[in-house]
Amino acid sequence: MNGDNRERHQAFPQLSRRGFFALGAAAGLGALVASPAAATQSARVKSSARIVIAGAGAAGLAAASRLMQRLDGAKVILLDRRQEHFYQPGFTLIGAGLKPQSYVVSGTADYLPQGVEWIQERAAEFDPEGKRVVTDAGRAIPYDYLIVATGLSLDYASIEGMDTKLIGSNGIGSIYASPEAASATWKLMSEFADKGGVGLFGRPATEMKCAGAPLKYTFITDDYLRRRGNRGKAELTYTAHNKALFSVPIVSEKVRMLFQDRQVKVRHDHVMTGIDPGRKVATYRTPNGSAEIPFDFINVVPPMRAPDPVRNSPLRWQEGIFAADGWMEVDKASLRHKRFDTVFGVGDVAGVPKGKTAASVKWQVPVMVDHLVAAIEGKTSDSVYNGYTSCPLITRLGQAMLVEFDYQDNLVPSFPGIVAPLEELWITWVMKTMALKPTYLAMLRGRS
Amino acid sequence: MKELDPMVFLAVFQEMLGPMLWVLILLALAGIAAFAVLLLREKGLSSQRLVRAEIAGLFGGVAALVLAARFTVSGFSDAGGPVDWLLIGLIWGVGLAGTTILVYSVAGWTALLRKR
Ligand SMILES: Cc1cc2nc3c(=O)[nH]c(=O)nc-3n(C[C@H](O)[C@H](O)[C@H](O)COP(=O)(O)OP(=O)(O)OC[C@H]3O[C@@H](n4cnc5c(N)ncnc54)[C@H](O)[C@@H]3O)c2cc1C
Repeated sequence: MNGDNRERHQAFPQLSRRGFFALGAAAGLGALVASPAAATQSARVKSSARIVIAGAGAAGLAAASRLMQRLDGAKVILLDRRQEHFYQPGFTLIGAGLKPQSYVVSGTADYLPQGVEWIQERAAEFDPEGKRVVTDAGRAIPYDYLIVATGLSLDYASIEGMDTKLIGSNGIGSIYASPEAASATWKLMSEFADKGGVGLFGRPATEMKCAGAPLKYTFITDDYLRRRGNRGKAELTYTAHNKALFSVPIVSEKVRMLFQDRQVKVRHDHVMTGIDPGRKVATYRTPNGSAEIPFDFINVVPPMRAPDPVRNSPLRWQEGIFAADGWMEVDKASLRHKRFDTVFGVGDVAGVPKGKTAASVKWQVPVMVDHLVAAIEGKTSDSVYNGYTSCPLITRLGQAMLVEFDYQDNLVPSFPGIVAPLEELWITWVMKTMALKPTYLAMLRGRS
Repeated sequence: MKELDPMVFLAVFQEMLGPMLWVLILLALAGIAAFAVLLLREKGLSSQRLVRAEIAGLFGGVAALVLAARFTVSGFSDAGGPVDWLLIGLIWGVGLAGTTILVYSVAGWTALLRKR
């Protein structure tokens, strides 16, 4: 326990100072702009190391930027077939009808640091013993250090009858799949808010990115129904995969109270297993066997797993809770692989207890880079990632709760006494709609 | 290790506003400079002009709030706690001060140049 406390204090040595600054930070930007690492000011380390980064999403690009700042002469190679870059936290705002699809789409090339080589191929096979990655084009790429940042894969196919092609028809929405899907979901949700009926929400039983997103979408739908005077015509049900509504108990309890206040029904221990688009019925696995719930509108949140190349590689957890879905076996404090010490895993693919969010990426990457650079220098680093993650949980249009927590389910508010963590506030909404995207983009460039 | 870094603020505002950031900063600096030079030239404040500028400032404050509401698709009816009122006050205050200084300087300089 003591050790854990120390972790917390190392990562948040200046809470009060940050809290103090909060007053000056007009839009409450302080929490977002606190800089995670001393990175830039130290002298660049000379190195001829060859570093391969698989995945050029939030974590891969942020890692590439930071490495280029820290290293002089190293060869950094990014592997990703996708040309577009998606600002995924914005998917929720598209689904809420507040932003157009263009809000979240940009290009990977826009953030590529100078000197980084981008190979537009997917990693198909990881060979940590041979220290090489084989791409889907059959090319073998050797490395001295490997950073796996492939994100996760959305396993819609494991829900019987579900197909991403269905999104936007038959009352089936899903804000996760893509910007187009989020937009199609908004159309359905808006129709639903005009007519009423049964709205179904929920989350998968697997680890997932942004566990707050399904909750936010429930609250947003509730608010639209109220604004259009149709809440009385609608029944909203949230199906939880276990006995909680959120993995952090104090947050779960707060959400329970809010759901009660907004008359959102909750069904616990319901794991979605199938959907029948024709009959508009969703099927769930429950402790009492299979259960069906009819819907007029549903936001499907699919099971999430490590992408196949990671799942099928020696990099995955071999046992324990993260093994089944193939998450990467990394140390939760350093993000370094537990068995292959030239391999690191950051972002959604990392098999760590919490934090599949962009906010975690922001705090993970500098720690991981510290360890990698130290390894290059033949030293060790005492940088620690404490599990920090945050989620501006929208509770109605115009208000959100700033929920920040760590591995131990502690709340770690950036502005204690000023921006209360579990309070529905406009300032938090302002942060979500105004400051988060610029902060995210600055992170990609290694500047926040 | 983890400090509030002004460079991070700059980076975030750059991403938010793009080149507009520099336009706004220049505008603010120019306004303040024009105001300061005017004060020196006239050896003090003209109270009559100040009152008029302040009245304009009241509307400037409201305009700032309207802008904030537009950008955030929300408004001060969404205030949920004391910190929200503080933020609303701050936005209004910035709008008020900015407009007052700008209107005062423009009016003062117009009068000065006309006299010539
Ligand atoms: C609806 C929604 C709402 C969210 N809301 C929030 C929020 O409010 N706050 C927050 O902080 N976070 C939020 N997130 C989560 C956040 O977007 C992710 O946690 C973050 O993007 C993770 O970064 P990553 O780099 O690990 O993965 P990604 O950003 O997904 O990037 C992974 C990249 O790897 C590439 N890739 C995949 N497989 C391979 C391969 N085999 N070889 C090479 N490249 C590969 C992909 O093409 C992709 O470019 C949300 C996500 C969603 C979907």
